[in-house]
Amino acid sequence: MTEQDMVPPELRRNVLIAPIDYVYNLGRAASVWPLMFGLACCAFEMIVSVTSRYDLARFGMEFLRASPRQAELMFVAGTVTKKMAPQVVRLYDQMPEPKYVLAMGACAISGGPFKDGYNVVPGADKLLPVDVYVPGCPPRPETLIDGIIKLHKQIRGEHIRTSPWYRKGVEREIPVPEYGPWGLVLPKEEKSE
Amino acid sequence: MTSRETFDRLAEKFPSFELAYVEGKDPAILVKADNLVELAQHLRDEEGYDYCSSITGVDYPDRFEVVYHLYSMKKEGGPVILKVHASREEPEVPSVVSLWPGADWQEREVWDLMGIRFSDHPNLKRVLMWEGFQGHPLRKDFPGTQDEYTFS
Repeated sequence: MTEQDMVPPELRRNVLIAPIDYVYNLGRAASVWPLMFGLACCAFEMIVSVTSRYDLARFGMEFLRASPRQAELMFVAGTVTKKMAPQVVRLYDQMPEPKYVLAMGACAISGGPFKDGYNVVPGADKLLPVDVYVPGCPPRPETLIDGIIKLHKQIRGEHIRTSPWYRKGVEREIPVPEYGPWGLVLPKEEKSE
Repeated sequence: MTSRETFDRLAEKFPSFELAYVEGKDPAILVKADNLVELAQHLRDEEGYDYCSSITGVDYPDRFEVVYHLYSMKKEGGPVILKVHASREEPEVPSVVSLWPGADWQEREVWDLMGIRFSDHPNLKRVLMWEGFQGHPLRKDFPGTQDEYTFS
């Protein structure tokens, strides 16, 4: 009895063998749901990317989820002001893992023209672990789609064994900043340690 | 545009106010802080300037200045621009919320960012920056903010 005979004939042409990373990541990358969340003018380019003309549904982003608990991608679309920063971090903490951050536009990348302002966080990466940076002021929907394809590439390159999302005992919650007299400060209970 | 005729009419009506005409691209009427509310009341009730479009603070080396732009919805006229000087050390200007309720948040914004107090304001607290923030960030001598929070 050869190995061929052990497989039932109806399964012989229907079974594909692939690494689990490949199958798992393919499914994950094909259904990344973004959070419905905009901070400034970049949000309009994000909204128009979802409409029928640019159609983010082609990339598995059926709609922008209104709840962070159903989203796994955060478009930081616009200027992160210091007054909004705690809410941005809290939204990120509420998203289930694996979760990704895409910094959209000059303000979210570096603070943009408002970098030296008294009320602007100079870049979303001062607060959150950003995966993809999409330049532009604001970026056109094509640029955003390019960034999404880059994110898909990153997701497809992950391995379950080495992925940070499945490690135990790692404190991944980002402390929510608080308002201080001169700017954002760390939360109080962290400072006492 | 504050025309010369408007200024002459007001200066004739209120000779004790010592109004001054500020030349420039947008001429304005310089009024003393003590007489501001009375002049504004006259402009609103008698001349029909029923809409206070904006209240702005300016930081000059020797003084602060508050600028009022008044428009008239009835006559479709304006703006009549009023300017008030305030001292560098204790800037304080009377509030016009009693005349134009829309001045409420505008005066709070000037207080928040420029540090000019408005006496008799019903609720003078910060509107853009958070409570507990030190200083007024649009002043020229504002030292800048420092954050100790960064993601690592």
